[in-house]
Amino acid sequence: MNTDTRDSILQDIKEFLGDDLLELNLEQAYPLLRISGSKIYDTCRFLKNTLHFIYLNEIIGTDRFTSEDRFEVIYHLISLRDRQRIFVKVYVDEEDPLLPTVNDIWKSANWHEREVYDMFGIRFEGHPDLRRIFLPEDFKYYPLRKEFPLLGVPGSLEMPNTTPDHD
Amino acid sequence: MQIEKQISKKKPTYFREHQEAIYKSLEDKHATVEIDKSDPLATRMTLNMGPQHPATHGVLRVLMELDGEVITKCRLDTGYLHRGIEKMAENKTYQEFMPYTDRMDYLSPYSNNVALCMAVERITKIEIPERASYIRMICCELARISSHLLWLGTMIMDAGALSYFLWTFREREKIYDIFDEVAGNRFTVSHSRIGGVNNDFTPVAVEKIRRFVKQFPDELKGWHKTLDRNRIFVDRNNGVGAIDHEEAIAIGLAGPSLRATGIAYDIRTFEPYMHYDEMDFVVPTRTEGDNLARYYCRMEEMAESIRIIEQCFDKMPKKGPVRVDDAKKSYPSKDEVYYSMEGLIHDFMMTDTGVCPPAGAESYHAIEAPKGELGFYIQSDGTGHPWRLKINSPSFSNLQGLETVLDGEMVADTVVIIGGLDPVMGDSDK
Repeated sequence: MNTDTRDSILQDIKEFLGDDLLELNLEQAYPLLRISGSKIYDTCRFLKNTLHFIYLNEIIGTDRFTSEDRFEVIYHLISLRDRQRIFVKVYVDEEDPLLPTVNDIWKSANWHEREVYDMFGIRFEGHPDLRRIFLPEDFKYYPLRKEFPLLGVPGSLEMPNTTPDHD
Repeated sequence: MQIEKQISKKKPTYFREHQEAIYKSLEDKHATVEIDKSDPLATRMTLNMGPQHPATHGVLRVLMELDGEVITKCRLDTGYLHRGIEKMAENKTYQEFMPYTDRMDYLSPYSNNVALCMAVERITKIEIPERASYIRMICCELARISSHLLWLGTMIMDAGALSYFLWTFREREKIYDIFDEVAGNRFTVSHSRIGGVNNDFTPVAVEKIRRFVKQFPDELKGWHKTLDRNRIFVDRNNGVGAIDHEEAIAIGLAGPSLRATGIAYDIRTFEPYMHYDEMDFVVPTRTEGDNLARYYCRMEEMAESIRIIEQCFDKMPKKGPVRVDDAKKSYPSKDEVYYSMEGLIHDFMMTDTGVCPPAGAESYHAIEAPKGELGFYIQSDGTGHPWRLKINSPSFSNLQGLETVLDGEMVADTVVIIGGLDPVMGDSDK
């Protein structure tokens, strides 16, 4: 990986964000930024339009299980031109977990945001089609939250009766 | 009359909210376009395909709104194979979780094992022996061929030619035999270990791989001969499911489907892992972005895989350890476990606690699986279990693309397009 390009990209991001860049972790293989939640939409647009991160690879949700800023959402972006990968992270609070959608920046955010919603219950404002992706709508729990039991909740989904004389 | 009333009033019995939501979502797609609701010729209909349809390669449900024979819009319903492996991963040690990855993309289990092991090795900073990484490379390329063979067989079967399925499965059978010899399992191999691989190649395994590498290119050539200029096959695939490179990037296609649009995005060259930077191979690309281009990309990839395997045999060290000799990082060998007290203790400790990445570490590693970029994002809290393990699966990205690719195509081409994108539901539904 070209470290010069990486440094210049990080410099640009620092200039753009200023105080909104809360944390910059360079210890891992790829740069990991944490920014304040209010700037996420503008940052994503800046990253795509100015720094050419045109490929949104995935959106990761995590339950930190803390009393404040319980959830985090990580955007995994790739710049094919500069051969760079970057991870942008925001914290979301447990009361009213809400983030602006990045669907109009990267079309591929659609399903990834639906997955985060399905697993953690984080809603994305302005999403065109925010339904659960893996589990049925009738399911009322968010399974990847830490308090959800590993064995599931009995009776949470209506299942077909398997006895032969069932109507 | 009574019966008719019952039929028309029949509501889905289970998951009512879910059914209502997905039909409403189909209705709302492209809602900005004004559609004439009157339909005097009754050509408009909603068609459900799957989840139990043989051509959906698993349990995928496609809702399509048809105007005559053209799909005006479609919605995908996934999740029928959702097992919650990310939740399971949080309750297992890293090594215990590895066999679960076999069941994700079950057409190329070896790549999944390697992807997880490399992600864990990156976060715990384990360097694996050189011979082990060559063994992994050879087996990953065999897994790629095996996966592409299944794609070839089923995709051509979807297009109407049955005999290819038998021919490709004959070749797959040889790869199963190789994996049986290498790992002890034919299908779900679980051969890779954190810190190396389970065991070295036996001489029989080496001989089997060499024989396969020698005869497979001829087989491939024969298929090229019968398919490349086959009128029915070309007509069925040319221009079908076409997408341009900008749209492909925007909807996040992965793997050969993305490379068929002209983007040479392959992790093996983008960020070389293992010893791919020392290998001489090309990343096949096409610019048409249709099903025929995907066919050419995958066929050429198989030929490149054979070249990589040959080079691996030339370059791999003839002897050497295949697993890290450090009891804190990897399982001890079975000899040690059976004949020494320390070995037994270490084996017990590895099973009980496993490798522990530093607390607060988070890291990502991706490999080029047969279907595209397969990555694991791991967050650690310092124990032997991951705090969060996110799987970035290529089939998920490709299925998302399918929702866009299908719009405007003919309904009869649906099965060919699904076959061409090659999704695996175990991978996508997690």
